Amino acid sequence: MKSREYQQIDPQALPTPVRTPPHDHPQADGGDGRKEPRRTPRRKWEVFPGKNRFFCDGRIMMARQSGVFPLTLGLILVTSGLFFIFDCPFLVKHLTGCIPAIGGVLFVFVLVTLLQTSFTDPGILPRATPEEAADVERQIDDTGNTSYRPPPRTKEVLINQQVIKLKYCFTCKMFRPPRTSHCSLCDNCVERFDHHCPWVGNCVGKRNYRFFYTFIVSLSFLTAFIFGCVTTHLALRAQGGKGLVFALKESPGSAVELAICFFSVWSILGLSGFHTYLVASNLTTNEDIKGSWSGKSGEGVTNPYSHKNIFINCCSVLCAPMPPSLIDRRGLVPAEESAQTGGMDTERPKLNNKSEMNVVGGSLHLVFDVQESCSDFSLLLNHTKTVPLPARSLVACYSPNTVSVCFPVSECCVKVTPLCAVFQLLSKVCIDHAFYWVWLVESIKHSCLYVFIRHISWKGTVCLLIK
Amino acid sequence: MSSFHNLQELRHSASLANKVFIQRDYSEGTTCRFQTKFPSELESRIERTLFEDTVKTLNNFYAEAEKIGGQSYLEGCLACATAYLIFLCMETRYEKVLKKIAKYIQEQNEKIYAPRGLLITDPIERGMRVIEISIYEDRGSSGSSSGSSSVSDSTAR
Repeated sequence: MKSREYQQIDPQALPTPVRTPPHDHPQADGGDGRKEPRRTPRRKWEVFPGKNRFFCDGRIMMARQSGVFPLTLGLILVTSGLFFIFDCPFLVKHLTGCIPAIGGVLFVFVLVTLLQTSFTDPGILPRATPEEAADVERQIDDTGNTSYRPPPRTKEVLINQQVIKLKYCFTCKMFRPPRTSHCSLCDNCVERFDHHCPWVGNCVGKRNYRFFYTFIVSLSFLTAFIFGCVTTHLALRAQGGKGLVFALKESPGSAVELAICFFSVWSILGLSGFHTYLVASNLTTNEDIKGSWSGKSGEGVTNPYSHKNIFINCCSVLCAPMPPSLIDRRGLVPAEESAQTGGMDTERPKLNNKSEMNVVGGSLHLVFDVQESCSDFSLLLNHTKTVPLPARSLVACYSPNTVSVCFPVSECCVKVTPLCAVFQLLSKVCIDHAFYWVWLVESIKHSCLYVFIRHISWKGTVCLLIK
Repeated sequence: MSSFHNLQELRHSASLANKVFIQRDYSEGTTCRFQTKFPSELESRIERTLFEDTVKTLNNFYAEAEKIGGQSYLEGCLACATAYLIFLCMETRYEKVLKKIAKYIQEQNEKIYAPRGLLITDPIERGMRVIEISIYEDRGSSGSSSGSSSVSDSTAR
């Protein structure tokens, strides 16, 4: 991508990307995203792009779909409450006073770890800043990919002598670190992604896996304990020939507890056992389900993250230093950053209703009727026929939100008619250290595709006709 | 190269020309390490050894923060025994090291990078994915070639 191809763009218009452009364009007032700094600075959780819910001014977070978390909490509280009300008095009288103590400790453990699992940031990776995303895309460009279709974006790294493929996340605009996965329910990339647990209403990842593990282990102890105590209680009551039905009538709560515990203890014990296996072999549920290291490919791939020692694996998963939260929920949004990043997906260059063509200062400025906008770039492409690009143009990089096109200036389109066009805002791209708006217009009437590229200071638009 | 007396001056009197991103080095697994490869954009701005020293020191800091050893086992077991409630009261070892890192980066910026028109952003602000180095140009000069200090020339916007 050489600078001579952008000569038509007004060379005066080269401010740095973070500057506020001159507001001489009447259309550019709301559309360029440089809003005035808000009077009350907002906290970062308020502008967080993922699907999460925040409470207590950003101190507590959960997934937006809380799933069955209220049910989990309710079941635990109800069962434990019934236990303490119905079974404990009898058992204390007939057996030992330790029982409510043990039950109490287990109950507190379960509740605390459940709340911590649900309310802690699982290890969410913040999305890439625009400059970082542009840098990554530029590095992909350097490999010289000129295809029109999106290339499969992977990068290979060597970890402990094993080749691991890192995938590019289109939503977060970065290459995912190893063991990171994008959770579609929360719309975030999570480090060491285990699974999204509907029972706790949150993803389980690097930061809250130890809480989750302690939760299920203590819950299995609690369930087994309550189950045992209730059985003992009913057995003691039914002694002397009185029968089970009598015992149940005297202590109806125990029936409920028995039912709940009986049906849940097997699955919870099974889950604990499964996760103990995962911890001992330093695997995540995600990897285990996909069979990443099971040697499906037939090459003897082993888990490169395992320390090959059960004890060390357990310690590294459960006892490692607690990593910090990377999303800084309670930090304040800096004024120019909120204007720049917040506007990325919602701005559109506003355009006049009449169609006209101006040649301003050596550059083309096209204005036309905006009919409709759709947000899915790939859909737009599917509606067009396959369009081969002119020989000398180069699609420099491609993603569902960005196209960077490099083309000789002589290919610019000078034909303008009232276009009934489908308008698609693509993105802001960085080409040769300057930032441009790029957008795609499909003219249904003329069955052709236009790519518009315009410097962010709103001086000069260049348009390429792709037919 | 112009000299800037402090970071504030750098931000106000220079314009951001470019940003270089030092990516993570995953060759040893998921522990936090950054590549020490010297980016070509910085070739004219800073000596290679200074840059590599900075990145290696940062890597050492992160290795210290994530080290699994006797002390971390004890802390982990103690935390588990208290149902992890001590995380609410105590500052974790990682957070202590992060503070050291922040101080180190600020010191490096003031002593080494700002006088050369560069600025390092703490990786924690970029999700521990990259070390972002901002390259500043004087507003008065048109390129990165050395020129007289244009601090007095900078006009208010």
